[in-house]
Amino acid sequence: MAAYVLETRHLGIRFGGLKAAQDVNIQVEKNQIYGLIGPNGAGKTTIFNMITGVYAPTEGEIYLDGQRIDGLSQETINHRGIARTFQNIRLFNNMTVVRNVMVGLHNQPKYQTGLLTTIFRLPKHFRVEKEMRAEAKNLLSLFGLLEERNDLASNLPYGKQRRLEIARALATKPKLLLLDEPAAGMNPQETEELMDTIRKVRDLFDMTILLIEHDMNLVSGICDHVTVLNFGTTLAQGPVNQALSDPEVIRAYLGDDN
Amino acid sequence: MKEERISQKTGGFLRAAKKVRWKHYVNYIVIAVLLIVFSTSSLTGGMRSSSQYLLEKIAISMILAVSLSMLVGFLGELSLGHAGFMCVGAYLGGKTAAILSASLGNGFLTFLIALLAGGISAAICGIIVGLPALRLKGDYLAIVTLAFGEIAKSIFMNSSNETFGGALGLETPRYDRKSLFILAFLLVLLTLAVIQNMIRSRHGRAITAIRDSEIAARATGINVTRYKLIVFAMSAFFAGIAGVLYSYSNQTLQSSKFGFNYSIEILVMVVLGGMGSINGSLIAATLITYLNVKLATILTGNLAILQNLIYATVLILIVIFSNAPALSGFREKYAPMNLWRRKRTAKVDPALRRDDAKSWSRIPTKIKMDELLSIDTRPEEHRAVRLEGDKPERRD
Amino acid sequence: MELITTLINGLSLGGIYAMIALGYTMVYGIAKMLNFAHGDIIMVGGYTILVFLNLTGSPILATCFAIAFCVMLGVLVEKLAYKPLRGSSPLAVLITAIGVSYLLQSLAQILFGSASKMVNVGYLDSLSFGGITVQGYTVFTLACSIVVMICLTLFIKCTRLGKAMLAVSEDRGAAQLMGVNVNRIITITFVIGSALAALAGLCTLMKAPTISSTFGSMPGIKAFTAAVIGGIGSIPGAMLGGILLGVVESICNRVSSIAPYTDAIEFGILIVILLIRPTGFLGKKRREKV
Repeated sequence: MAAYVLETRHLGIRFGGLKAAQDVNIQVEKNQIYGLIGPNGAGKTTIFNMITGVYAPTEGEIYLDGQRIDGLSQETINHRGIARTFQNIRLFNNMTVVRNVMVGLHNQPKYQTGLLTTIFRLPKHFRVEKEMRAEAKNLLSLFGLLEERNDLASNLPYGKQRRLEIARALATKPKLLLLDEPAAGMNPQETEELMDTIRKVRDLFDMTILLIEHDMNLVSGICDHVTVLNFGTTLAQGPVNQALSDPEVIRAYLGDDN
Repeated sequence: MKEERISQKTGGFLRAAKKVRWKHYVNYIVIAVLLIVFSTSSLTGGMRSSSQYLLEKIAISMILAVSLSMLVGFLGELSLGHAGFMCVGAYLGGKTAAILSASLGNGFLTFLIALLAGGISAAICGIIVGLPALRLKGDYLAIVTLAFGEIAKSIFMNSSNETFGGALGLETPRYDRKSLFILAFLLVLLTLAVIQNMIRSRHGRAITAIRDSEIAARATGINVTRYKLIVFAMSAFFAGIAGVLYSYSNQTLQSSKFGFNYSIEILVMVVLGGMGSINGSLIAATLITYLNVKLATILTGNLAILQNLIYATVLILIVIFSNAPALSGFREKYAPMNLWRRKRTAKVDPALRRDDAKSWSRIPTKIKMDELLSIDTRPEEHRAVRLEGDKPERRD
Repeated sequence: MELITTLINGLSLGGIYAMIALGYTMVYGIAKMLNFAHGDIIMVGGYTILVFLNLTGSPILATCFAIAFCVMLGVLVEKLAYKPLRGSSPLAVLITAIGVSYLLQSLAQILFGSASKMVNVGYLDSLSFGGITVQGYTVFTLACSIVVMICLTLFIKCTRLGKAMLAVSEDRGAAQLMGVNVNRIITITFVIGSALAALAGLCTLMKAPTISSTFGSMPGIKAFTAAVIGGIGSIPGAMLGGILLGVVESICNRVSSIAPYTDAIEFGILIVILLIRPTGFLGKKRREKV
């Protein structure tokens, strides 16, 4: 059981009468890039929201490294080691790029300074600020954002905003990174770059990644494993090529006549 | 945040750091220098008591504006009841001082204890009002703060004569007029130091992150509950301190003074000063208080009713001028700050600033422009897998 | 018996609050702004009645003039003060609205002096049935508010314009893309709100025939509270909140030991209700999509 970084068992949620997700069993191994795919409205983002604690699941359990995390608050789940990006980018728009990442570093144990330390400007405050900034700049340089570090986040072009969101998520030092449609709104070339970035993230940060994506090139290009959802239930699951050639999946995507 | 942008790319990082540091301390220095000048003049007896009163008023407004600025400009929660916190501080601090003055006299010690009593009681109210803030958003929270202010006012208004003076008002403690405003300005410096240091630290970053996107802040592991309560408590604490100063500065306390209109006056200082700008709030607090007091002395007799008319007209014109989208081009061109800053701001490539996704989202609609924009435009054969199977959308 | 009279008085007070709250709620629903100057439109209405009553001697004619004048004023304020700020920060609009409120109050002070004035809008005979005597103005106010409510509901439900209003309140951008003239809809909202405010001014004057420049402030804030209790943006909610607040106020005023705390109790109720239901009784739950 502890072999999986993330495991959901019979995960489900109900909004009133609507079953948005039902009996979803995902098992993500260490260093995997795991895809969660399916048509619009299949319940992918809902599952993300349950894993990150935005919604509490009404059925089933979620385990992170063997520890149960369902029903915990979003903050706690982040502290336990899950970070995410959003389908519609959510940066701290009125803050500079480097500060966005520094917010991500906020909860690192070595950067803990109390309110009084900062108010009285004790030496520790300055040391911590300096170290945080340095680490944030390191992270930004990995994502090719060092040049723009003092720009407002809202002034970055779309592709860079996506990258900044990933950088901010990684700054929280997660065990598992959730990417919600990272390639949405990107052209094929940008998508290629994004695939490189994601691979780089896995290798450099020794990261496990769970992502939602519509772009089949990206999914078949980088995912090891996928789960295909339709109407909140699992349609197929397994290694990427096998799952995508599953007749059920093809039917769901292409309709019955094909 | 903005200061940093100026210095990007071209200048060396060290030089930029020096510039930023200097800017951090300029408000303390200005206030300290003015304080030294005024206090020498006052202590040597060269200052009229009306000027001393004006300075006390300005200091009180500054503390109120800076403390509200933390709540509105940095945490992004609208408060329409800041005068309520002030009211609690004024009454409890004033009462404490009245009780203590019997044994300790009207000295500095009494003043200090009264300050703490007023500040802490207001902070407790701040936490109580902050609790709904965890559940309520925007305008709904604003009405709760408004309600709190009215409740506080009403409770003190109806208190008995022995406790808080009721409708007759509470007799307030006295302090040496010559030096009260000096203490008041020292408290301004203290407020400024505490709030500014907090804002310019990791805690302040967390607070502004909550303002920009609460959802993203939570997902990034920021303890939103804790920070909201801290900000509410601190903001109320300093409002309470301002209240204690107010009670020392005035002969009697009338709780009707602390109504909705006073809260609005403080909010106006913050908004006119520029959201998220502490120095702006300081300047606006000084100007508005000065104008109010001066107008009240100039416009006497039949002209007195003109005061509100002038105030209201100026307020509307300033807000429209500084916010109307139609005037943005004009503002960019002629705002004195921009004229001065233009030369210094490193030019950012305009192509970087223009961004399709962004301008789409500016149309206030729930139609998901992101999705429209992400529709695949590749040739038919490549995208067959993705699009055709899409079922009619259900919201997830 | 006394309880019933108190309740009926509460209902009529609630009717006044509801009429004002409708103005708040519609403007909030459609223009997405808190129009803090709304209370002062009531005051303007009251003064207009005073002026035209002296000129014509007929309360009905004076009321008609007041409604017309308030509508013009409401539209004028919207065009001059709020429209230029459309699309800028809500806080800027809020501050402008407060500025307008101060402006109207000080203009009233300049024109009519700061002392309060008597306005005799006439007396309606009190009715009695089954041993209960009800004041004439109570019946009039209740009737007015009920008629207004029914008309407004029908207007929203059954006319093209009403549906367009619903569409704008739901999603301004989408409504615009569908060819709804948003500016016109917002103007119409202000027309309706101001007319109701004038009517509320009349009802308030019938109840207590004195007027001063702060005539509308407290009823304005109370009605705003009522709108929030009912769920701001919801028309039946405004009615519900108004009546709840009116009844509570009239009961509190009856019990001498708590009468001084009436305002505190009403605002306390608001806080409690918002804690239990964060968007009021009938307000739409807005769950932010993640």
